[in-house]
Amino acid sequence: MRELTYAQAIQEGFCEAMARDERVTLLGLGVPDPKGFFGTTTDLQNRFGPSRVLDMPCAEAGMTGITLGAALNGLRPVINHQRLDFALLAMDPMCTQAAKWSYMFGGAMKMPVVFRMILGRGWGQGPQHSQCLHSWFAHIPGLKVVMPSTPADAKGLLISAIEDDNPVVFLEHRWLHHIKGHVPAGYYTTPIGPARQARSGKHVTIVALSYMVLEALEASDRLQKEGIDADVIDLRCLRPLDANLIIESVKKTGHLVVADSATGQVGVSAEIITLASQHAFSSLRSAPQRVCFPECPTPTAPSLAAAYYPRSGHIMAAVRKTLGMETDETDLHIAPGVELDKPNPAFTGPF
Amino acid sequence: MIAEKPNASLAASLLKGMVRIRLVEEAIAANYGRQEMRCPVHLSIGQEAPAVGVCAALRDGDQVMSGHRSHAHYLAKGGSLNAMIAEMMGKETGCCKGRGGSMHLVDLQAGFVGAVPIVGSTIPIAVGLAFADKTLGRDRVTVAFLGDAATEEGVFHESVNFALLHKLPVLFICENNLYSVYSPLAVRQPTERSIADITAGHGMRSEKHDGNDPLAVYEATLSAAQHARSGKGPVLLELATYRWREHCGPGYDNHIGYRSEEEFLAWKAKDPIELQKTRMKHEAIHDAEDMARFEEEVGAEINEAFSLARSAPAPSADGLLKHLYH
Ligand SMILES: Cc1ncc(C[n+]2csc(CCOP(=O)(O)OP(=O)(O)O)c2C)c(N)n1
Repeated sequence: MRELTYAQAIQEGFCEAMARDERVTLLGLGVPDPKGFFGTTTDLQNRFGPSRVLDMPCAEAGMTGITLGAALNGLRPVINHQRLDFALLAMDPMCTQAAKWSYMFGGAMKMPVVFRMILGRGWGQGPQHSQCLHSWFAHIPGLKVVMPSTPADAKGLLISAIEDDNPVVFLEHRWLHHIKGHVPAGYYTTPIGPARQARSGKHVTIVALSYMVLEALEASDRLQKEGIDADVIDLRCLRPLDANLIIESVKKTGHLVVADSATGQVGVSAEIITLASQHAFSSLRSAPQRVCFPECPTPTAPSLAAAYYPRSGHIMAAVRKTLGMETDETDLHIAPGVELDKPNPAFTGPF
Repeated sequence: MIAEKPNASLAASLLKGMVRIRLVEEAIAANYGRQEMRCPVHLSIGQEAPAVGVCAALRDGDQVMSGHRSHAHYLAKGGSLNAMIAEMMGKETGCCKGRGGSMHLVDLQAGFVGAVPIVGSTIPIAVGLAFADKTLGRDRVTVAFLGDAATEEGVFHESVNFALLHKLPVLFICENNLYSVYSPLAVRQPTERSIADITAGHGMRSEKHDGNDPLAVYEATLSAAQHARSGKGPVLLELATYRWREHCGPGYDNHIGYRSEEEFLAWKAKDPIELQKTRMKHEAIHDAEDMARFEEEVGAEINEAFSLARSAPAPSADGLLKHLYH
């Protein structure tokens, strides 16, 4: 079975999409540079030329607006931002323009644009280089929001996003880039909308997204050793949201835990718990729990990482709570050698 | 002893200011691999002259803001070295109490009002400082340090427009080091015009200077600050300079292919510190012994800052939500 990293899968997704459709254009700070955007755009300028794969001025607001015009006039552009934080300068073109375009002009025009952003934590990225604001985008009708957690989905959903005639926000957690997994060769799409059943179980539903899916799967592995079978749902898309899979699972298990790598208040975790309350209320046998960041910006100090970043142990503790079990102190134990501010043991900085 | 030349003490203080910054930055680079400073660092080695020249021309009460590459600006303005190193190590004694890291520096006592890593975002804030000063009748100048890439952000032009409109006492100090991460100016701006041309087009007094010559920077800033202070409005200084090390991190990165070794060597030959030393030798005001003593003192100061930071307490989990609101 062919294995690729998540970053390689993205790069391959771009290759497939660009080879098939000459309108697909990539722009963003550092897209053609030697580091290749965390290795996700390596070699693309060589293959497809500098008019289709290009750097841009440090001008997120203007460049995003320019991307919209290009999309209206026949290109299928992907604008890339190395940090979601930088793209916040472009909230008007993304949320007030692109998201409204089809609706406010009565369907007169299509807006086939992809806003690709990296988010996530670690190595002192701190308050302004690691914000996880996916819920902001998911709040806005007119945008689609996808957050793949596996290499195969990253490629398939990227191609779907590029094929989509609507604005799609494509979000990658930087801790996923080195993750390996099976990736089918060739051109394929993964539909935008359906969630993924990452594991089947009958005792509790864990809904997770992006990087938190990895933590949820680890939690379910550890819980399984104690005879607790978790149903793990990888949300994959925040808008549209796959309500059915969540509701059916909660009907089956009666218990719900939501894991998000973002603050909880007014976030997507609240939305999922609302869905369960509205549509599976009588099946719920405990109060749903959510595992999220504390309600403050991301601190840089490594000493605060353990208190800041929720992980598999927090999900286990939340599961125990829904099942009416005693808390287990060992859940939160951090294994020797694990450093919570590094995406992988090989990482030594600087960014 | 330094000879009795009229500008001898200025020449020496410019040189010493640059040497101190260089030694601090080299110490950061040398220690980075120990995994104690667990945050991105953007070194200013090669770019010491603008920081030192500009800050030497300011008055004590004047204020400064900067961006991701701000160590030199912070130190030149008198920011605490101990608090900076502690901040990089994520300690409670850091200038942001460990919450910010190297990309977030502040020392209000020194008039360093803040540096953050979102390109361009402190420019309007600096203009706002000047707006308040003018409104409240304070005799003070504010400096916004920025890179060439920051001039591409819309917010730069919006800020310049407002500063001009209200003749605010603010100086835009653009260190043009030719690169934004690995992207050369040529893929970001038309080569046929300079950054100073753009702001001149806005109607702002705009000048280009050798950013590796601390004395030229000092004199240009003195004159610009006088202009701003006397109610004539903002000034932009575009200073040509060069970063020696990688964009982010302690090493060199010429081998990855975005810039040539020849270009690097040509700029290294224009080392601002060597330039100043040569000039002082020429004018017979360079005192090698005094310099050696100074370097020793700075070395001790740096060792002390590192050892204080190492032994300082790290923020504890019960303080996680502290400082969210005032
Ligand atoms: C709004 C925003 N966009 C992109 C970045 C990524 N970024 C960090 S430093 C940098 C280069 C800035 O170049 P310049 O302003 O010339 O300063 P230099 O690094 O050369 O000192 C970029 C693009 C950012 N931090 N903020």
